[in-house]
Order: sequence, then structure tokens, then C-alpha cells
Amino acid sequence: MAQNQSEIRYLTPPSVEIKKKKYCRFKKNRIKYVDYKDPEFLKKFLNEQGKILPRRITGTSLKYQRKVSTAIKRARHLALLPYVTDMLK
Amino acid sequence: MQNHYETVFIVTPVLSEEQMKEAVEKFRKLILSEGEIVYDDHWGLRKLAYPIQHKSTGFYHLFEFKSDSRFVDRLETEIRRDERIIRFLTIKLDKYAVEYSEKRRAAREGKAEEKVEEKVEENVEEKQEE
Repeated sequence: MAQNQSEIRYLTPPSVEIKKKKYCRFKKNRIKYVDYKDPEFLKKFLNEQGKILPRRITGTSLKYQRKVSTAIKRARHLALLPYVTDMLK
Repeated sequence: MQNHYETVFIVTPVLSEEQMKEAVEKFRKLILSEGEIVYDDHWGLRKLAYPIQHKSTGFYHLFEFKSDSRFVDRLETEIRRDERIIRFLTIKLDKYAVEYSEKRRAAREGKAEEKVEEKVEENVEEKQEE
């Protein structure tokens, strides 16, 4: 009986509670400089309205979040990225 | 103090190709008069993310140069006076930025060579198959 129960548990899909650990993509890939001339890359750190995503969502470390935000602001100044928009992605 | 700088500016799209080149040439000469140009890249006509002075496109041009810090002020006033330039940005490059731009340039040059090599390799493979 106990065995049966464990089998049933296995048949249900494994719970989705296992969270994937967030990591800082700059530290992982050893990127030292965030380029403001590459809007496609910077779009990964924006939401649909063109706002900068918080660190708690992207997982970026504080050091690189600062660099990302200045890069995005520079790109906006040069009209490579919009200040306000809708449906960016 | 010699520093590494990078200037990107947007030239208004109402100009003809020649007029645009002339505008770029003017700033090239100005930079050369006081410093040295490390890299010079023309991005061509690009769509702007939002309209600037009722224009939705512009010619982007990038200069990477080494010069005295006092020169930047002069360059920027000169750019501000020029009505053909609708937007500009000058930044000082730190050591990581210099490294990055060098790598990027090398990768670009390497890409052109790699393509040739790939083609050669493909040809070799084809011959072997025969």
C-alpha cells in the first residue's frame, strides 16, 4: 500500500517549486564593460514599457546593475532605445 | 593629460550624402588637429527610437580618439554650434571600455577573415567527398 502511494506521487508531475538560482550574467561571463551601443543586448534589462528591470528580477549584481543603468540611459539619449514606449518586445 | 574618449553624434537626415560626409570630415579634422583618432565608424542611416527635432532617422557617426581633456570642451561647443548635428554624446573610456572596443574591432576584422577561411575549408571538404 505504501509503495502504491509513492508510485502515485511519481505519476503526478514533479512540483514546480524548485527555483532556478539567479545569477549575475556579467560575473558569470566575465563581462567587464556594458556597451551602450548595443540596444539589442540592453533590451534584456527592460520591460515592455522600456523601463529598467530591478535587480531582483534579472539577478544582476549591484556593481553591474549600475553599469547597465548608465548604459541604458546613454542609449536612450542617443535614441537607440526609447524613453517611453509600449510593446517593446 | 591624454585620455581616451568616444563621441557619437547624429547628423540630420535632410542632408545629402556629400553634405553629411562634409560635416563628418569637419569634425575629423578638428579632432586630428589636437589629438589622434583611434577608430572611426560610420553606422549609416538609422531609425531613431523617438523623434528628435521632428526627424525619425539620422546618420550615426562614431569617433574614438585620444586627446587632452581640455579639448573635449572645445569639441562639444563646436558640435553645439553646428546645426547639422541633432544629438551627440561624448564619454571617457575606462580601461575596460578600451579593452572591449579593441576586442570588438578585432572580432570584426577577424570575422571578415574567418568567412574566407570557412569557404576554403568547405571547398576542401567537398573535394574530399568527391
